[in-house]
Amino acid sequence: MSPAGPAAAAGLRQQAGGLADALPPLLAEARQLAAAIQTGEHGRRRAGVGEEFWQYRTARPEDEARRIDWRRSARSDQFYIREKEWQAAQSVHLWVDRSASMNFRSSERWPEKGARARVLALAVAILLERAGERFGLADDRAPPRAGRAQLGRVAGILADEAPLPEAEAALATATLVSGARALVLSDFFGDIDRMSELVLAAAARGVIGALMQIVDPAEEDFPFAGRTVFEMMSGAARHETQEAGGLRRRYIERLAERRDRLQALAAKAGWQFTIHRTDQPPMAALVWIHTVLGGAR
Amino acid sequence: MTLFGGMIGFTTPWLLWALAALPVIWILLRIVPPAPILRRFPGIVLLFGLKDEDSAAARTPPLLLLIRLALIAAAILAFAGPVLNPAAKTEGRGPFLLVADASWADAADWSARRARLGAALAEARRAGRAVAFLNLADPAPLDLTFSDGAALEARLAALDPMAWEPGAERMGDMATALPAGRFDTLWLSDGLDREGKKGLATALVARGTLQVIESPRGARALGEMRLLDGKVTAKLFHPLPGGPPQAVVIAKGLDPAGIERELARTPVALTPGEAIEEVSFDLPSELRNRVTRLEIEGEASAGAVLLADDALKRRKVALIASGTPQEGLELLSPLHYLRKALAPNVDLVEGTLADALPAAPEVIVMADVARLPGEDADRLAEWVEEGGLLVRFAGPRLAAAVGLDGMRDPLLPVTLRPGGRSVGGTMSWGAPRTVAPFAEGSPFAGLTVPDEVKVTAQVLAEPSPDLADKVLASLDDGTPLVTRAALGDGQVVLFHVTANAEWSGLPLSGLYVSMLDRLAISSQPNRPAEKDMTGTVWQASRLMDAYGALAPAEDIGGVPGARLAGNIPAPDMPPGLYQSDERSFALNVLAPGRTLGPARWPAGTVIEGLDRAEERPLKGWVLSLAVLLMLADVLATLILTGRLKGRLGAPRRVPVALFVAVVGGAALLGLMGGTARAAETDEARLLEAAGGMVLGHVVTGDPRVDEMAQAGLSGLSAILTQRTSVEPGAPMAVDLERDDLSVFTFLYWPISLNQPAPSVEAYRKLNRFLQTGGMILFDTRDADLAGGGGQTPEGRRLQELAALLDIPPLEVMPKDHVLTRSFYLLQDFPGRHTSRAIWVEAAPPDAEQAEGVPFRNLNDGVSPVVIGGNDWASAWAMDEYGNPAYPVGRGLAGDRQREIAYRFGINLVMYVLTGNYKSDQVHVPALLERLGQ
Repeated sequence: MSPAGPAAAAGLRQQAGGLADALPPLLAEARQLAAAIQTGEHGRRRAGVGEEFWQYRTARPEDEARRIDWRRSARSDQFYIREKEWQAAQSVHLWVDRSASMNFRSSERWPEKGARARVLALAVAILLERAGERFGLADDRAPPRAGRAQLGRVAGILADEAPLPEAEAALATATLVSGARALVLSDFFGDIDRMSELVLAAAARGVIGALMQIVDPAEEDFPFAGRTVFEMMSGAARHETQEAGGLRRRYIERLAERRDRLQALAAKAGWQFTIHRTDQPPMAALVWIHTVLGGAR
Repeated sequence: MTLFGGMIGFTTPWLLWALAALPVIWILLRIVPPAPILRRFPGIVLLFGLKDEDSAAARTPPLLLLIRLALIAAAILAFAGPVLNPAAKTEGRGPFLLVADASWADAADWSARRARLGAALAEARRAGRAVAFLNLADPAPLDLTFSDGAALEARLAALDPMAWEPGAERMGDMATALPAGRFDTLWLSDGLDREGKKGLATALVARGTLQVIESPRGARALGEMRLLDGKVTAKLFHPLPGGPPQAVVIAKGLDPAGIERELARTPVALTPGEAIEEVSFDLPSELRNRVTRLEIEGEASAGAVLLADDALKRRKVALIASGTPQEGLELLSPLHYLRKALAPNVDLVEGTLADALPAAPEVIVMADVARLPGEDADRLAEWVEEGGLLVRFAGPRLAAAVGLDGMRDPLLPVTLRPGGRSVGGTMSWGAPRTVAPFAEGSPFAGLTVPDEVKVTAQVLAEPSPDLADKVLASLDDGTPLVTRAALGDGQVVLFHVTANAEWSGLPLSGLYVSMLDRLAISSQPNRPAEKDMTGTVWQASRLMDAYGALAPAEDIGGVPGARLAGNIPAPDMPPGLYQSDERSFALNVLAPGRTLGPARWPAGTVIEGLDRAEERPLKGWVLSLAVLLMLADVLATLILTGRLKGRLGAPRRVPVALFVAVVGGAALLGLMGGTARAAETDEARLLEAAGGMVLGHVVTGDPRVDEMAQAGLSGLSAILTQRTSVEPGAPMAVDLERDDLSVFTFLYWPISLNQPAPSVEAYRKLNRFLQTGGMILFDTRDADLAGGGGQTPEGRRLQELAALLDIPPLEVMPKDHVLTRSFYLLQDFPGRHTSRAIWVEAAPPDAEQAEGVPFRNLNDGVSPVVIGGNDWASAWAMDEYGNPAYPVGRGLAGDRQREIAYRFGINLVMYVLTGNYKSDQVHVPALLERLGQ
C-alpha cells in the first residue's frame, strides 16, 4: 500500500469498513448457532498424549522403562504404566464452495446457499475452536491452527469471499494435512467428476470427512413454467425452453441421479454425505456436522 | 353504415375494412409466442441437453390468440366510431319544414314531442338550413316563409297542443299553398289518420324527403257515451298498438257537497289488434245522474276525457193527475201519453203531489189539475221558485175551473179567459186548427210541424201586453198553444191542450216527444239530432284544453246549434260544455261514429318512433373493452409464461380464485342487501315521529325524487340541530295512504309527474292535517312557477293533486311575511333554483300597516301550504358525511345560495313550530314601553 495514494487508502478503509460490517453479523450468527451445542474441553476417551489421567495398565515388554509409574507399581507385584487421556488436537479443513452458483436464492425468505454455507462453516469453526482443535480452510489462505486468532482469520476470509467461476472453485487437496478431517459445503453443481477425483485423492491422504450438499428449494422442486431462458449464475451458459414445466420431471430425475453419485462417492471414500435445504433451519445441519466430525475419529 | 336494423352506426365506416386484416394478424400472432423470461438458475447444469417435449408450445396458446384478436377487433371497431341509435342523417342542405299536428292526441306526451321538435330545429339550424314551421291545428293564417329559425325557437318552446284536430280543409289548403322549390319535411305526427292528412303528405313527399315522427304508443281516446239499459257505456279507442295492455276508465262526478270525486272505475283490457273496446259502468241511478265525465286514468289528453251532458242525465219526472184513475179507460187517461213518451228516457215518479215532492224531481208534469189544496199549492210554488220546472196540461177540469171572470193562478203562466174554445167539432164552425211554425227564439224553433196535428179544443189566454213574450208555440190563428213564465228560479209551462188525444192530435205525433225534449223534460239518450238543434244558439260554459282540463269559457261567441250538432270541434268551437236554455250539450273531441285509425303515409316516408333513444357514441365503451381485453391479455400472458408464479404461490388458481372472490362477493352483497331490508313496523315509526319533531316527505313513488327528498330533509335536520334548539329526528318517508299524518308537523311534497293521486281517504287525512296546524311545502322542482299558470308538466300535476285539498286563497309571499324573519332575516328563498315566487296563504284584505311598525299585522293564522319550485331538497341534501350531495350554483355564489336555502329551511320549520310568534314580536317595543311606565 502506497502511503501517498489517498485513493488507495480510502479504498482500503472502505474495504475494512465493509469487512467490519460483514464480520460481526456472520460471527454473531455463527456464535448463536454454535451456542446451542455444548462442547467444552473434553478428552478423546482413549489413551494418548495429554494431561489428564486416563488409566493404569500393566506394563508390557515393549514399554519403555521410564514410563512405568513406580508409585502405583510399588503397591503390587506388577508394573503399571500410567496412561493419560489422549488430548492431541485434530486438524479440520473447512471447504466452502466459492463458485457463483452458491450466490443463489429463489426467495427472500431464505438466505443464499453461499451465506448459509459460510455460516455453517464458521459455526463449525467456533465449535472447533472451543474444543481446542486445529482448524483451517482447505486452501493455502488459512492452514489449520488452533486458537482464537485463527477463528478471526477464518471469519475474515469467509466474510470477504468473492465468488469464483464454477470451474476455478475446487478443493485444494495438496494443502490438506494428512489424517485430518475435511468438511465440504457445496451445491455440487460443478464438475462432478473433478469433485470425485479430489475427494478420492483426499481420502488417499488419509483425510476423512463429510460432504454437505446445500440446495435451494427451487433447485429441488423446479417450480418453473412457461417459456423460459435459464442462465448460469456467472452468465456463462444459457438454456432456453418453451415450457419449463415440461422439464420438471426430468430435472428431478437428474438431480436424484447426481445425488446417487455423490452418495456412492462418499461411501467409496469413507466419507459422509447429506443434503441441506436453505429453507430449513441450519441447526439440524450443524448438529449433523458436529456428530459426523466428532464421531469419525 | 348501420348494423342491427339501424341500431348501431359508424362515423368512419371505412375503418372497418381493417377488420379484413384480422386473418393476417391471426397468423402473425400464432407464430410469435410470448417473450421468454430470463432466469438465473444454478440447476441449469442439470438441464443441459434436455429437449422440450411439446414443440407446439412454441406457438401462441389459442386462448391468448383469441383475446388478442378480440382486442384488435375492438380497437378497430372503436376507432370506426360506433354510435348507438344513430340519427338518420337528413341528406341535403335545402330548406327544412317542420310540421306538427299539435292536436289533443299529442297532449299525453307533449313535452317529449316538443323536445323532439326542438331538437330537430336545433339540428337544422346547426346545419345552417332555412327552417319553417307549420302548426296544423293552429287556426292562424298560413305563413310558410323559410327563415334562419331564430324566431321559431321561442315559438316552439311555448307551443301547446290544441284540443281539436287539424281540419281537412286547412290541410287541403296547405297542400296547395306549399312554397315553391324543393324542401325536406319533418312531420311530428300524432299518429292518427284523418281526412286530408294523406293528401298533404303526398304533396310534401313530392317536394323532398318526408320524415315522420310518431309515438308508437299512440293516443287513446273515449267516445260515444250512451245510456243503455241503465248502464253508461262508452267506447275506448286505441288505434295504435304498443301502449300498455290495460287502461282504467274513471267516472267522475260531483258529490252531494259539490266536490268532484271519482264515482266509479273500471279496468279495460286492450286487446292488441282491436282498435275499439267497450267500456261500461253499471251505476245506481242516483250515482249515474252525477256523472259529469269519464276519463282514462293517467292519460292527460282531451281525447281521454268524455264530458257528459243531458244525454246522460236521466231526470226524475213526477207525473200528477187529478182524481182517481178510471178503470178501463187507459187510453183516455191524461197520463198515458206522457208516460209512454217519457218512460224510456226519464225516471218517473207517480202519485199525489205530497208523495212526489219529497222525491225531489227535476220536473213535475200535471195533467189537467185545476186547483191544488192551499198547502200543496204553496209547496209546489216554493219548489218551482227553487228552480223546478212545472209543466201543466189543460183539460176539462182546468177549463171548468176557469170562472166567468177568468183564472189567475201563480202556477199558470198566463191568465186564462173564461170559456175555452172548440173548433172543428160537430157543434162548432170551422175546421180544426193546425200548429203554426215555431217562431225564431222559441225553444221549439227548428222543429217541423206535421200536418196531421190538429187542435180541436184549447183553453185561451187573456190578452195582455206581455202575452207575446210568454208564447212558445201558437196555432195558425195566433192563439197560444204553449206558454211559459218564469217563477222564481224556475218556470211554469202550460200546454193549452190536453195531455191525451182528447183535444188535439199532438200527443199522437212525434212532435209531442220532441217538444217535451226541448223543454228538457226528457233528454234523449242519443245525441240530439241536428234537426233538433237547428235554429238554437249555444253558449260555451266550460271549455276543455288539450290536456283534458276544464276551464271557464272566455271569448267564445255563441255557436249555432246546427254546427254544434255536427260534433266536430274547431278552433272557434273548442270541445267543452255548451248551454242553451235549460239544456246543456257536451262537445267532445270525438264525434259519434268517428273511429280512429293509424295514419297512413305515402311510400318513401321515413317513419321514426318518438321515444327513439338518444344518439349515443359507443367509442368510449368499445375502447374500454379493448383496454379490458388488453389487461386480460396481460394477465393471461403472465399466467401462461409463469411470471405470476414467483409473486403469488399458486398461479394456476389465481383466475379461479379471482372469479370465486368476485362471484362470492357479489352473492354475499346481494344476500346482505336482501336481509338488510328488515321490515320496520309502522307503529315504531309513528311512535318515533310522535315522540319528537320529525320532518316528513311525501312518497311520490319516483325512487330518485324520494331519495333526494330524504337526503334533503336529513341535511335540513342536521343544520337545524346545529344552529337552533329544534333537534329533529331522522326524517321519514310518509305514505299518504297508510301513515297517520297527525304525528307530523311538516311535510315536504316534491311533485313527481307519475305520482298517483291520493285516494279520497288520503285527501281527507291531508285536509285534517292542514286544518290542525300542519304545513305542506309543495315543490314543483321546475323553477317555473313564477309564470303562475302551471305551464310546466309539474305545475299542472300540482294543480291536479292539490285540487281536492282545502287550500285557502294564495298570493306570492309578500315582503313582510313572517317567513322572512322567523329566524333569519331573508329576502330570497332559493333552493337549487332561485325563483322568487313562493306562494303562501293570502293576507286578509283588511290587514293594514300599524303606525310605527315596519310590518303589517297579518297572517294571524299560519299558512297551511307553501308552494314553490326551487327544488329545495336538492340544495339541502347531504350525504352521510355531511357534504352537499348535489351541486348548487357555481363557486362561492353557489355556497352562498346553499346557505340561504338552509336559512329558508330553518325559517320554514321555525314558522311551522312557532306560528305567528315573530309577527307578535313587533309589539314587544310597545309592550316594553307600557311596562316601563
